[in-house]
Amino acid sequence: MMPAGPLLAADSLHKAYGPTPALDGADFSIHGGEVVAVMGPSGSGKSTLLHCLAGIVTPDSGTITYAGRELSAMNDTERSALRRSDFGFVFQFGQLVPELTCVENVALPLRLNGAGRRDAERTALAWMERLEVDDLGGKRPGEVSGGQGQRVAVARSLVTNPKVLFADEPTGALDSLNGERVMQLLTDAARSAGAAVVLVTHEARVAAYSDREIVVRDGRSRDMERVV
Amino acid sequence: MACIVTGMSIGHALLGLLESGPRHGYDLKRAFDEKFGHDRPLHYGQVYSTMSRLLKNGLVEVDGVEAGDGPDRKRYAITDAGITDVARWLATPEKPEPYLQSTLYTKVVLALMTGRDASDLLDTQRAEHLRLMRILTDRKRRGDLADQLVCDHALFHLEADLRWLELTAARLDGLTKEVRG
Amino acid sequence: MSSRLAHPDKDITTDGQGTGPGAGQGTGPAGGRAGKGTTWLQDLLMGVRFAVAGGREGWIRTALTALGVGLGVALLLATTAIPAAIDARDQRDRDRSVGEVAERKGPDAVLVKEENTQFRDLGITGRLLQAEGRDAPVPPGLTRLPGPGEIMVSPELAALLDTPEGRELLAPRFPYERVGTISEAGLIGPKELAFYAGTDAFTGGEDFVTRVTSFGDTYPSEPWDDPVLLLLVVVMFVVLLTPVAIFVATAVRFGGERRDRRLAALRLVGADAAGTRRIAAGEAAAGALLGVLAGFAFFLAVRQLADDFTVVIETRFFPSDFAVDPALALLVTLAVPCAAVLVTLFAMRGVVVEPLGVVRASKTAKRRLWWRLVLPLAGLGLLYPMIGQGEDDGEFSEWQVTGGVVLLLVGVTALLPWLVAFTVARLGGGPVSWQLAVRRLQMSSSAAARPVNGIAVAVAGAIALQTFFVSVQGDYQKDTGMDPSRAQLQVMVPRQTEASRIPGITKTISEAKGVTRVTALGDTEALADNDPEGYFSVTVGDCAALALVAKLDTCSEGDLFLLRMDHEAEEYTPEGEVKPGQKVLLNPDGSAYEPPVESVRWTVPEDAETAEARRDPTGLLRDGIIATPSALPGLVSGSYRYSAYVTLDPAVPDAREYARNAVAQADPLLYPVRLEEYRVVGRFQSVTKGLLIGSVAVMLLIGASLFVSQMEQLRERRKLLAALVAFGTRRRTLCASVLWQTAVPIALGITLATATGLALGAVLLGMVDRSVRFDWTAVGIMAGTGAGVVMVVTALSLPSLWRMMRPEGLRTE
Repeated sequence: MMPAGPLLAADSLHKAYGPTPALDGADFSIHGGEVVAVMGPSGSGKSTLLHCLAGIVTPDSGTITYAGRELSAMNDTERSALRRSDFGFVFQFGQLVPELTCVENVALPLRLNGAGRRDAERTALAWMERLEVDDLGGKRPGEVSGGQGQRVAVARSLVTNPKVLFADEPTGALDSLNGERVMQLLTDAARSAGAAVVLVTHEARVAAYSDREIVVRDGRSRDMERVV
Repeated sequence: MACIVTGMSIGHALLGLLESGPRHGYDLKRAFDEKFGHDRPLHYGQVYSTMSRLLKNGLVEVDGVEAGDGPDRKRYAITDAGITDVARWLATPEKPEPYLQSTLYTKVVLALMTGRDASDLLDTQRAEHLRLMRILTDRKRRGDLADQLVCDHALFHLEADLRWLELTAARLDGLTKEVRG
Repeated sequence: MSSRLAHPDKDITTDGQGTGPGAGQGTGPAGGRAGKGTTWLQDLLMGVRFAVAGGREGWIRTALTALGVGLGVALLLATTAIPAAIDARDQRDRDRSVGEVAERKGPDAVLVKEENTQFRDLGITGRLLQAEGRDAPVPPGLTRLPGPGEIMVSPELAALLDTPEGRELLAPRFPYERVGTISEAGLIGPKELAFYAGTDAFTGGEDFVTRVTSFGDTYPSEPWDDPVLLLLVVVMFVVLLTPVAIFVATAVRFGGERRDRRLAALRLVGADAAGTRRIAAGEAAAGALLGVLAGFAFFLAVRQLADDFTVVIETRFFPSDFAVDPALALLVTLAVPCAAVLVTLFAMRGVVVEPLGVVRASKTAKRRLWWRLVLPLAGLGLLYPMIGQGEDDGEFSEWQVTGGVVLLLVGVTALLPWLVAFTVARLGGGPVSWQLAVRRLQMSSSAAARPVNGIAVAVAGAIALQTFFVSVQGDYQKDTGMDPSRAQLQVMVPRQTEASRIPGITKTISEAKGVTRVTALGDTEALADNDPEGYFSVTVGDCAALALVAKLDTCSEGDLFLLRMDHEAEEYTPEGEVKPGQKVLLNPDGSAYEPPVESVRWTVPEDAETAEARRDPTGLLRDGIIATPSALPGLVSGSYRYSAYVTLDPAVPDAREYARNAVAQADPLLYPVRLEEYRVVGRFQSVTKGLLIGSVAVMLLIGASLFVSQMEQLRERRKLLAALVAFGTRRRTLCASVLWQTAVPIALGITLATATGLALGAVLLGMVDRSVRFDWTAVGIMAGTGAGVVMVVTALSLPSLWRMMRPEGLRTE
């Protein structure tokens, strides 16, 4: 199951917001198709780790390598392009554009990559079908339930066939049943698409959908597989 | 609530208490009751039989006997083998099961008392819990509704353990002060 | 410790009970009285307290509202003060004009000659004075009359005379000693160029000289008696004040979303629904009241600068001219906060503030077209019956015009939301940025249309008036009939001047720098002796001069021509065509001249040739006889009124100024007049200029409110923007989206406004019976300004957008 080298790896990342360090020598690695949970108490730096790994935030020091490329050496435009083409994102909330219909939201990453509207929305609808929300196509995010909205967001994160899917507390705003459903669909879809998943969560039941977990505490990471 | 320290773990608890220095059997009982006994104190007979077993296994030795009769006159000290045994016990995750907190609590307190890193213990335990939870989650995904309900029950209990673990980890600083102080 | 572990649920219970927001402490009183309910006053006062002491957020919101309302109020005060300011100028002008005149010399009289001149394009008002006695009246602004050889000048003229150019080109015209300045009371405006000079050259009774016994026009003034001008002013007021009202209404809503959330928190601690509305009203009223105060402050500050920047009118205003009508001030002070309260209550109509948040009426009522059409159609209905009534100085019903124009323009504001909703609902396709913007507009088209409404009214009004202006300016920009290509200056010579001095005068002028030619013509009248009504003119001059008034093939000294006039010409009369051999009486009215001259009988020579008349450089078409001096009987000096026509070298800069100086030196009694093709009526020009400036100011004002709402919207969407950036949205996509969001409503607004403006312009022209001609330049200017506002607002929003797009927006948990 494990290919030769990791798809995405980070080595001794440091990042401080003002005087407080958010990351203080964190390491990370994930292989293609793997689901890795990033756990830890709130404020431990797990979201910052995700932002660094995804190229949203540049670390103060340390290296991030994605598919043999040095992420920290890229400029903003290159990293944006990489995020559009290779990465997908799901957040806890506030991520769907309220004015766009659900299908337009899902199609958005494709459109940002330059796809035509019609093609993009056709692909989007196929993904929505996979996440069992294809009947919501014409509705706006304000008109659907939280679980449905989150599934729309998952569809959107996968619509570009990303190599890595970043999910930051994807079930944080959902009840147990909807959370389970979203996690099941997310991991199933990601596995069948061969996407690696970086899953930030503090919930064990959510982390149980992962292949292994990494614990972040006080800005330092701990790979539990190597410990046990 | 069941007695929170049972079976083998009483032995480890007593061993752990001895790590800070030799004690009389009676002292041991009092220290145990204070730290772990809560509403159900240890019988003196339990102390006597446990210490006999530990002596037999070479984990403790008799440090000296005071004048008078009875086993309570013996002073016990931990051996090197005993210290290793405590360390191994603390590092070994408990099999995840309901009402595990008692053992875990004992472990955390002992780790702190003996100056070991309690967060390592918690992380190790979490990893073990998650291993089981992954298996249960996997079974749930393949199984029918009944399987799902059964697995969910177990998962929620395990999650509760872990939550408690997280909370304990978050409170370690305060706990350290209280335990050592 | 152990007990806490043993009973962990104890803490949780207390926690659950105590779920109270931290805001609870501050709002205790409201909660405490919840049972009885709070009084109106308490609620309003609480709102006021939120407005002034609501922390940084609340303070910013109040400041924005106050700034917005303040700008609006200042504009309102300024606009309404303009008529009073113009009246004040008019009054000073009337006070210094000639009041009563006398026939005979007396101790209470002063001889006055208007000595207006020009320096380049600047007009200079001047008078030459000669007191006839000790009780001679003194014009306003002077403490005494200037003695012979003395001059008193306005401060602005003094400054101009002290410049190097003034010294070289202007001062030679004033060979007087400067002895004082004219004070404010004697000047129309602070920048007026004016002088009073004293002389002893008058005898009284000369041409151009008036014997004055008092200054001050005693007739009641009718400054706006021209119905066309009046119409223009009425429309201008509506055009400028409607957007101000809209802007104030928008400004009062600044920060509404945040306010709603705070009100929800108040509901949680026990305020009732009506109470929250009153609190909101109190908050709005406080902001508006601060705004009114700010408005007065702005107005007074800006008023101090009135003499610096009111470029609309050349001579400017004195700051004191802009007086605030106390009644108006009171009205504004009361009405604006009241309006703020009403607007707030109206805006909260569709909002239900619940303890746990704000519920907006999800489905707003479908926009219906019909009632939106009622307003503009009613406006047209009011205006239509008045079409054609403006001619012949017909009276307009002021109220009907105002009502019609207001309805039409307010109709724009009613139609625009519908138009925006209708249009954006049908927009589609295009890139992602376009899609984002269009969808946003579809969700909240009324929020988008609101600020643009102000622009639309201003633009509609400005285009209407500009259309009106180009079509009627022919009336106001009068074709003088002059022909400045042949002569650029006419110098009128009083009849009393000795005829023998004429050659000297022309010589002096012709020697001035830049003067190429000076020709003089003398005019008098004659009467055919067989016809008591048969007046015609007799013109004398050398051949070169005669060529100015007739087409001559040959001419030599001693020639005489009878002028033949085109029968189609306006001036044609049969009496004007003189027959050879006709017996005539020269100077038939000579006994009435000052001094009197004798009439002379004379017979037109039988062999007199005819020549075709042509217009002289002043546009006059002569009839009768033209002759070289020796062809006519010698008439005494004083029989002819001479004019010298001065031709200038266009290559010499300021040739006109040198010529004027030469004229002044030749004889102070000469009267030079500039020849020009067109003359624009000043007041009309200032009205339209003012309107253009006003609409641009309004656009900027609206731009400011667009900017504020844009910022609010960005702040609300911080997290969404960060998420969009996370999955790789390009900055330029989001920037373009912000641009579209502003551009689409403004484009729609300007389109609708242009249509309305052209329609209103056409109707207004119909009212004064003129043919319709559209001024596409004005349309272009307005469209351009609108586009400029879009660009500026977008550009100003970008730094915040940049900031919002930073990944920190994601870190909120």
